[in-house]
Amino acid sequence: MTVNPSGWRPSSPANAQGEANTVTGNRALMLEEPLLFEIGSTEQTGVDFADLPKVATRLGGLERSHPIGLPGLSEPEAVRHYTRLSRQNYAIDLGLFPLGSCTMKHNPRLNEKVARMPGFADVHPLQPQETVQGALQVINELAFWLLELTGMPAVAMSPKAGAHGELCGILCIRAALEARGDKREIVLVPESAHGTNPATAAFAGYQVESIPADSRGRVDLDALKSRLGPDVAAVMITNPNTCGLFEPEMKAISDAVHAAGAFVYCDGANFNAIVGKVRPGDLGIDAMHINLHKTFSTPHGGGGPGSGPVVLSKALAPYAPLPFVEKDGDQFRLVEEETAGEHHSGTFGRMVAFHGQMGMFTRALTYILSHGADGLKQVAEDAVLNANYILRSLEDVLDAPFAKSGPCMHEAIFSDRGFAGGISTIDLAKALIDEGFHPMTMYFPLVVHGAMLVEPTETESRASLDQFILAVRSIAGRAKAGDESLKAAPIYAPRRRLDETLAARKPVLTYRETETAGS
Amino acid sequence: MRYLPLSDADRSEMLRVIGAGSIDELFRDVPAELRLKGPIKGLPMHASEMAVERHMAKLSRKNLVAGDVPFFLGCGAYRHHVPASVDHIIQRGEFLTSYTPYQPEIAQGTLQLLFEFQTQVARLFGCEVANASMYDGSTAMWEAILMAHRVTRRTKTVISSGVHPHYVSVATTMAKFTGDALETANPQLTAETDADRLIAAIDGETSAVVVQYPDILGRITDLTPIADAAHAAGALLIAVVTEPVALGLIKSPGEMGADIVVGEGQSIGVGLQFGGPYVGLFACREKHVRQMPGRLAGETVDAEGKRGFVLTLSTREQHIRREKATSNICTSSVLCAMAFTAHMTLLGEKGLRQLASLNHARACEVAERLARIPGIEIVNDSFFNEFTVKLPVEARPAVHAMVERGVLGGVSLGRLYPGVDALENGLVLAVTETVSDEDIDALDAALKEVVR
Repeated sequence: MTVNPSGWRPSSPANAQGEANTVTGNRALMLEEPLLFEIGSTEQTGVDFADLPKVATRLGGLERSHPIGLPGLSEPEAVRHYTRLSRQNYAIDLGLFPLGSCTMKHNPRLNEKVARMPGFADVHPLQPQETVQGALQVINELAFWLLELTGMPAVAMSPKAGAHGELCGILCIRAALEARGDKREIVLVPESAHGTNPATAAFAGYQVESIPADSRGRVDLDALKSRLGPDVAAVMITNPNTCGLFEPEMKAISDAVHAAGAFVYCDGANFNAIVGKVRPGDLGIDAMHINLHKTFSTPHGGGGPGSGPVVLSKALAPYAPLPFVEKDGDQFRLVEEETAGEHHSGTFGRMVAFHGQMGMFTRALTYILSHGADGLKQVAEDAVLNANYILRSLEDVLDAPFAKSGPCMHEAIFSDRGFAGGISTIDLAKALIDEGFHPMTMYFPLVVHGAMLVEPTETESRASLDQFILAVRSIAGRAKAGDESLKAAPIYAPRRRLDETLAARKPVLTYRETETAGS
Repeated sequence: MRYLPLSDADRSEMLRVIGAGSIDELFRDVPAELRLKGPIKGLPMHASEMAVERHMAKLSRKNLVAGDVPFFLGCGAYRHHVPASVDHIIQRGEFLTSYTPYQPEIAQGTLQLLFEFQTQVARLFGCEVANASMYDGSTAMWEAILMAHRVTRRTKTVISSGVHPHYVSVATTMAKFTGDALETANPQLTAETDADRLIAAIDGETSAVVVQYPDILGRITDLTPIADAAHAAGALLIAVVTEPVALGLIKSPGEMGADIVVGEGQSIGVGLQFGGPYVGLFACREKHVRQMPGRLAGETVDAEGKRGFVLTLSTREQHIRREKATSNICTSSVLCAMAFTAHMTLLGEKGLRQLASLNHARACEVAERLARIPGIEIVNDSFFNEFTVKLPVEARPAVHAMVERGVLGGVSLGRLYPGVDALENGLVLAVTETVSDEDIDALDAALKEVVR
C-alpha cells in the first residue's frame, strides 16, 4: 500500500492555484480514498456470524476450490470508506441540480421512512395474497392517483424505469395493431426526442424515422401529417418537449395520427411541468410513461432505480402487461398469468419478474398524499415559474433561441451562440462546478447548437435561483470575452477534467492488482 | 406546503421580473379549454407529515411481515440479514440524491463505488468484466439473450426448464416482438436437471443456452459439459444466478465456461420489498464488452494525472446511438448496486463464505427434518439454501393452510406454474441464516398437520 494510491504524487508541480501539496494527497475536508481492493483483505470481515453447525454438504460436488478475491473491511473501515467516497459527489441535498429533463427535485425524507416500514420493506413478492393486502392496496391507490392526474382509463404499474415504460407502451401499441391484423413497421420520432425513444422503438422491432422541428422548437405538424400513412404504427412525442415547450397543437397531432390509424405515445419525462394543470388524457394520447423518480420525487440514487408506470387509453388497455392489481369488493387481487385468461386475454405478456418497483410506489404515494391535488398543481406552477425566472434573468447574456416566442415550461434552453472562438458549452458547464453547482444538461436536445437545458424544479428557493443566475451571468461574460481559463475548469472539484478518450480506448472496467490506467 | 420554498411574495416578485401578469400567462401554450381551472376535483388536498405517515403505516400493517413469522420463501428473492450500516451508507444524501454520473469531476463517489461493484460482481461470477447493473435479474437475462444474438448473429436460444418461470415469461414476451426463437419446457420433479436435453438441443443455429444455477427447484448442476457442447457448436452459455450468496460456496459459472453470467443481486444488501427495486447483475468476457448493454464505469486519469473514473464505452448506448444502441436502457439500479457493494464489502470473502456455509447447513438441517415426515419426499440430491419437496397433497392450498398456522412455508409450484398437474404437489423452501430453531419446529409442525 502506498501512502497515496490515487496515482498523484506529492512531487508533481503545484496546481494552478499554487497551493502547497500535502503528503497524503488530502486537502482538509477533500479526502482522497483508495479502492476497496487496495485497503481491504479477504480475511477481514465486518459481519459476525453464529458458529456453524456440523453437517455433511449436499452441493453436488461443486464446492469452490479457488479463492474469489473479495476483500472485506470491518464496519468502521467500511463506513469511513463509503462516507469518504460519498463526499466526492454532488447531490440535490447540497445544492441546485438543474439537469434539464431530469427533474432533480428534493427527495422528502418521509418517503424514505415509509418505504422502510417493515410492512413494506420486509414482504416477499410471492407471499400468499391474503398476507399482502396492504401492498396491493398501495399499488391500487397509486394507480388511482396516476389515472386521475392524467385523465387516462388504465395504467400498467410494472415497468422498472422510464425507458422500460416506453417499451411497455410501444409493445401495447404493437399488440393492438397485431390484434387487428395490421402490420405497420414505422415509428416516427421527433429529432429533439430523448435517445431512449428511437432505441425503444428499435428494441420493439420497429424502423425509426425522424420528424423535424419547426423554427419555434415544436413538432412540424405539416411534415408530420405528410408522413403519416398506412405504414406508420405510432408517433412518439415528448410533451412538454425537450426544448421545454408545450406542443400547443398536441390535440391536432393526436387527431391526425388517429385518423391515419396509428397511436400516439407520449414521453412523460416532463410531466412535472403540467401535473395538475392539464391532463394527457385530454390531449388524445394513447400511452404515456410517468417517471416516478422525476415528477414524484423517488430518489435518483446515482442512476436508478427508477420506476415507469404507463397510463393507457381505452384502445390499449386490453393489451397491458401482467401482473396488475384489481379491487374485488374490499379485497385486492393480483392478476397473474393464471387468472388473466378469464378477462384479460389480450395481454402482451410479462415485462419483469414479480410486480414492479414496490419501494418506489410507497415513496411516490407518500409524496402524492403529502401534496394532494392542490399541492401538485402548485408544484407545476412553481416549477414553471422558476424556469421562466431563469430564462428571463439570463436571456440578455445567453442566447435563448425560443425565448421570443413566449414563456417556457419547466425548463429553459440556451445555446452557445456568442461565445468566443474555442470556448463552448462544456467550458461553461465545468466552470459552474467551480461555482458550486451541478451543470445543466449539455448538448441536448440536438436541435439547438451547444444546448444548455436548465430545469430548476419547484423545490428551489428564490435565493438559490439568484445565486445560480449570478454564477451563470459571470461565466457567460467570461465565455464571450474569450477567457481561456474556462478551459481549465473545474479546478476546485475532487478531480480535474477526466480523460474520457483514454477510458474508452483502453477500457479498465474492473480492478486488477497489477495494472493501472495509462500504463 | 412544506416542500415548496417560494412564498406568495416571491411568486409575485418573480412574475414581475418575468413580465407576466399571472401564473396562467406562463401556461398560455396550453389551449385554454384544456387547462384545469382549479385542483382536480374529488381528490384529497395536501396533508401533514404526521397524517400521511399514519395512513401509510396503516396500509403497511395490513401486510404480514416476513420477519415476524417462520419464513421459508425464495424462488428469486431471499431474506438475509442486512447489516445496519448498509442502509446508513446508501442514505447518505450524496449517494441517495445524486444523478447518473454524467459530470465525473463531481461524481467520483458514485463512479468509484460502481467500479468496485463491477469488480465484485465480475469476481463473484468468475468473469472478466461486469456492468454497473440492470433493472433486475429477469430483464438482465433477456438482455443477455439479445447480446448473445448480436455476438453469434444467430437467433435460436435454448432455455433450461430450471430457469425461473417469470424470467422465462419475460423472455418469451420480448421474443414475440424481436423474432428470436426460444425453446423452453416446464421442469420435472426429479433430482436430475435437464442438462442432457439441453446438450441434445444445441445445433449449428443455436445462439445461446440459458441455465439457472442453482435452478428454480434449488438443484445444482455442473455447467462444464453444457458449456463445452455450446462452444463446440459456436453458441454461448448464459448462466443465471438468482441467489448470489450460493457462490460463496460453489464454483462460479465463469469458472465452468459460462460466457455471460447474469443474476439478481437482491439477496446481498437489498431487502425483499415485495419484488422491487432489485438489482440486475451482468458479467461477460472482455472480448464481448462492446456488445454489452447498460452503463459501465471505467478507470482513467484527470488533467493532473490523478486516477479517476468515468462512464465509458457510451457509444453502445441510446443517448449516443439512438435506434442503433445495444439496448434502450437508461436508468440502471445504482442505489441497489451500492447496497450490494456495501454489504459485500462488509462480508468480504471470509464473511461471504461463512454466510453461505451457514445457509447451506441450515438448509441441510431442514431437509433432513422434513424428510422424516411421512409422505414428504425431498426432490433434490443437490442444493444450496433452497430445495423442493413433493407433498402427498396439492401444495398451493397447503401454503394457505400453513399461513393460517402463522407460517410462511415456501412457494408452491402451483403458483409459479399454474395448470401444470405434474408440479402441483411441489413446494420450494428456502432456508437462510435468518431461520431459527423455533422457526424450523414451527414449519415441521405446520407441514405435518397440512399433509395429514
